[in-house]
Amino acid sequence: METILFELNGQNLEALVGESILQAADRAGVADIPRLCYKEGYRTDGNCRSCVVEIEGERVLAPSCCRYPQQGMKVNSISERAVHSQKMVLELLLADMPESGKSPYTPNSELDEWVEKLGISKPRFSRRVQPAFDNSHPAMSVNLDTCIQCTRCVRACREVQVNDVIGMAFRGSHAEIVFDFGDPMGDSTCVGCGECVQACPTGALMPANDVGLAVPDKKVESVCPYCGVGCLLTYHVKEGKLLRVDGREGPANHERLCVKGRYGFDYVHHPDRLTKPLIRRKDAPKTIELLQPKDWQKVFREATWEEALDFAADGFSKIRDENGPDALAAFGCAKGSNEEAYLLQKLVRTGFGTNNIDHCTRLCHASSVNALLEGIGSGAVSNPFTDVTEAEVIFVIGANPIGNHPVAATFMKNAVKAGKKLILVDPRRTALSRHATYNLQFRPDTDVALLNSLMHVIIEENLCDEKYITEHTTDFEKLKSNVADYSPEKVAPICGIPEETLREVARTFATAESAIILWGMGISQHIHGTDNSRCLIALSLMTGQIGRPGTGLHPLRGQNNVQGTSDMGLIPMFFPDYKSVTDPENKKWFEDFWKTPLNPKTGLTVVEIVDAVHSGDVRGMYVEGENPAMSDPNLNHARGALSMLDHLVVQDIFLTETAGFADVIFPASAFPEKSGTFTNSNRQVQLGRQAINPPGDARQDWWIIQEVARRLGLDWSYDGPEQIFTEIRKATPSMAGITWERLQKEHSVTYPCSKEGDPGEAIVFRKGFPTVNKKARFVPAKYTHADEMPDEEFPFVFITSRQLEHWHTGSMTRRATVLNAIEPYPVIHVNPDDLQKLGVEPGEAVTIESRRGKISTFARQDQGVQRGNLFMSFGYNEAAANLITSSVLDPFGKIPEVKFCAVRISAGGNPEMRIG
Amino acid sequence: MALVSDIADRIVVMYKGDIVEKGAKSFSSHGRRGRKGLRAFSVSGRVQKPGVHLAPAGISMLELIDEYCGGMLNGHSFYGYFPGGASGGMLPASLGDLPLDFDTLQEHGTFIGSAAVIVFSDQDSARKLALNAMRFFEHESCGQCTPCRVGTAKAIPLMEQKTWNKSLLEELSQTMEDASICGLGQAAPNPLRCVMKYFPQEV
Repeated sequence: METILFELNGQNLEALVGESILQAADRAGVADIPRLCYKEGYRTDGNCRSCVVEIEGERVLAPSCCRYPQQGMKVNSISERAVHSQKMVLELLLADMPESGKSPYTPNSELDEWVEKLGISKPRFSRRVQPAFDNSHPAMSVNLDTCIQCTRCVRACREVQVNDVIGMAFRGSHAEIVFDFGDPMGDSTCVGCGECVQACPTGALMPANDVGLAVPDKKVESVCPYCGVGCLLTYHVKEGKLLRVDGREGPANHERLCVKGRYGFDYVHHPDRLTKPLIRRKDAPKTIELLQPKDWQKVFREATWEEALDFAADGFSKIRDENGPDALAAFGCAKGSNEEAYLLQKLVRTGFGTNNIDHCTRLCHASSVNALLEGIGSGAVSNPFTDVTEAEVIFVIGANPIGNHPVAATFMKNAVKAGKKLILVDPRRTALSRHATYNLQFRPDTDVALLNSLMHVIIEENLCDEKYITEHTTDFEKLKSNVADYSPEKVAPICGIPEETLREVARTFATAESAIILWGMGISQHIHGTDNSRCLIALSLMTGQIGRPGTGLHPLRGQNNVQGTSDMGLIPMFFPDYKSVTDPENKKWFEDFWKTPLNPKTGLTVVEIVDAVHSGDVRGMYVEGENPAMSDPNLNHARGALSMLDHLVVQDIFLTETAGFADVIFPASAFPEKSGTFTNSNRQVQLGRQAINPPGDARQDWWIIQEVARRLGLDWSYDGPEQIFTEIRKATPSMAGITWERLQKEHSVTYPCSKEGDPGEAIVFRKGFPTVNKKARFVPAKYTHADEMPDEEFPFVFITSRQLEHWHTGSMTRRATVLNAIEPYPVIHVNPDDLQKLGVEPGEAVTIESRRGKISTFARQDQGVQRGNLFMSFGYNEAAANLITSSVLDPFGKIPEVKFCAVRISAGGNPEMRIG
Repeated sequence: MALVSDIADRIVVMYKGDIVEKGAKSFSSHGRRGRKGLRAFSVSGRVQKPGVHLAPAGISMLELIDEYCGGMLNGHSFYGYFPGGASGGMLPASLGDLPLDFDTLQEHGTFIGSAAVIVFSDQDSARKLALNAMRFFEHESCGQCTPCRVGTAKAIPLMEQKTWNKSLLEELSQTMEDASICGLGQAAPNPLRCVMKYFPQEV
């Protein structure tokens, strides 16, 4: 490695190329140079001047944070002259602090630290006129009386997270941090990511309510419980309670977090937490109505663990013995750990004797995984999303990463800022749109037509990677003849994107040095979800945009562990590691491994299980963490099924909408209360560490599952997650090389990692595919319509999704103070023109109705929603979007079409009160 | 600043025209004390004829006042001058015979800059002028770096004191000069330092 030899304080020092004087000094431990505006990982700005050093032969001092050593340069950071200015800068800044002293907002002020280190006494200068406080934001307080104008927050907001809210306004000594146009922070477009708080060195930006002042008893390094990005974080714990959360260095987040991860943690201390096992009272019949959690005593009674576990297991045994194993089913949860998922599927397969085990992956990327397994032999991502920084072109379709994968979105925004091209394809114009080079706001449901037309252009204009196609794929001819029908001329009026734009986008993608495709549930949650994904796979293969850095296919996984729970076999068709349950060899292997005969029949998926309850085939269920009474499509149907079950056991941290239908409820542990491994969207297996204890008599999920298993005759004696993980390694060859010790040391290890010591493969398919012939397969798809098209009676298209502030069914986030304060009510997003036609002002009530249900809630004007479309998030029980949605399934992935159904909208209505 | 560079550009254009028209020889025939050519001085303050004067390079302040500015205003006697704008520092009348040039003023803690000369008299106060200059710099500071943003703002109340805390002002000046990012902050302490050096009786 090339180094630069220079002299610092009389000592010879070698700097690496690109390293500043400050960094070289830090690395060598030669000098402790003060610094305030400098933050590792951020662009250096060199404005505070506390790091100035003397360079021989130069007229003035130089900022060591952004001066780079040159061969033979003589630098002094401790000369009288350098130290004079270092100290003077600190004294000047200290003079302007409240009382010209220590920051009253944080015990960790970097200014205070340097003041102490350099022995600055009381400043000899007068204090400035202090700006006013701003406590308008529920999560953060703005105390500009300790602001030193270092612009770390500006860089955090504009360059790191690229939210462009914070700016430095005015000049000279009037220079001031402002939000938007000088608005109060709470009224600004701030998305609450808190990067600025983490960046602020003096406490001028702090978590609200002085929590920053409390000194934690301990800090626990863990993982974020929310989305598939898998940000690493640190819990600050005091007296058994979570104080606050900081982002820490991780491969998927580089210290960044979003509003949920940083401020959405106090749900764990909510008084609604379940703390005792509950058994349904004999006099409480099941109805389709949701139970008000505060009325729980009308329906349930407290029980001991012994009684509740016996009751739960007896119910399962009875059904298994009287109605057969397939009369039982279970829903697991992608929020749980790999260890919990592994145990639950093992319980269902070996204790229940059925493969009727599924979870929310079915509602998420089931169709994507199906297409990926069929086309390229592996359901996981080919490249991490952080590869967007390596790509020349980033193709994002059917995803709203700023809302749903906020930290992954920051890397996309960084890439665009660095000159990369972003092609954004979505029926909704979302927050990412303003960064897009091409913004294709196409008609919902026309994905296949649009994607086929791009492939048509690529073939027509000879932009295919012929060599790649020949060497690594089969069935290209089938694709070619299929897309021949999809000329841009023909497709433009279908999808609403001009012909020339389609051509340009096709050329841009195909001719890029590297192009990566990322997609979300806008692709997967259609009856043609598998077809949509097939097109994306084909687009990537035909242009050879896979198997290299900055290329590939990345379905952005929704839940923090949806990748892991699927890997663990928490799905009805696969054992762990995607071994088909119907393959006799696999069955034999797992029968030997688990020492139990196994059911050879593929199990039922989420929506199929609900239907099977209605038909009387499934009579008992174990629901761990899932909330089908909110998350399933066509809720009246789903809730009906829950109310019909002979025996329902729910394991959760709250009395969820689903738990109200239960016969037994187990109080379980929340994320910060448990240890375990979680696999993010990038295939990074990461270690979550227990920070606090579960409340009351709530127990670890793995323990509860094991106790049920024992009562069903299984001889289990796991002593904790580590031992379970050891068994997982044996059942999951692609993770065999990952040891618990390594996870403890490295926090995050990427799989495939089949042998101990393997680094883990971040990018796969470099040399072919994990299929029989090592080749990928083109699977052509024809454009078909959604199941329920708008008509005269139901003229609007209803699209559901999630939103930044809330997680899925809201059971956690609506109980998180900050998140609930930012988005307290359900809203339906309507195009302003449609709103005007209805005669409804923004904020007034509207009622929407489909063939399946009806809800009333408040209208939000949204120019990003096309005319004739309506958009809503599904996490609000007082206006549950899934009462409206359709449960018609994609025939391959068995995913319901919650992205598209026909509704009508009318002005007015009576929005209901929240339950709970 | 826009105005200054505009003037500087015009000076270049003006010289060019002269040299092209009359030849380089004619241009270099001007000059005093070994300097060659002509220079434009923008003189303001207590003189009879303020304005832009084209004068030989190497001319002194005293010569410039007498020969080109029509002398001091009636009733005013020459007390001191800013040789190069607000940031160029100030010199007392006793140093009125220095050649107004790039390399001669440095050692006296001042500079010629673009030769925006301000002449002041016995009816003026050097400390008031220095304070005025500091207020100007505080107003002009962009605010990016601490020494300039905070330094200019902190210097003002110190300079408003009847008796200056000279050692503190000198400490502050050193940091502003050494550690500011650009010339504005680096030169901002020049007038106050000159007051302490050449007009100590005032502070």
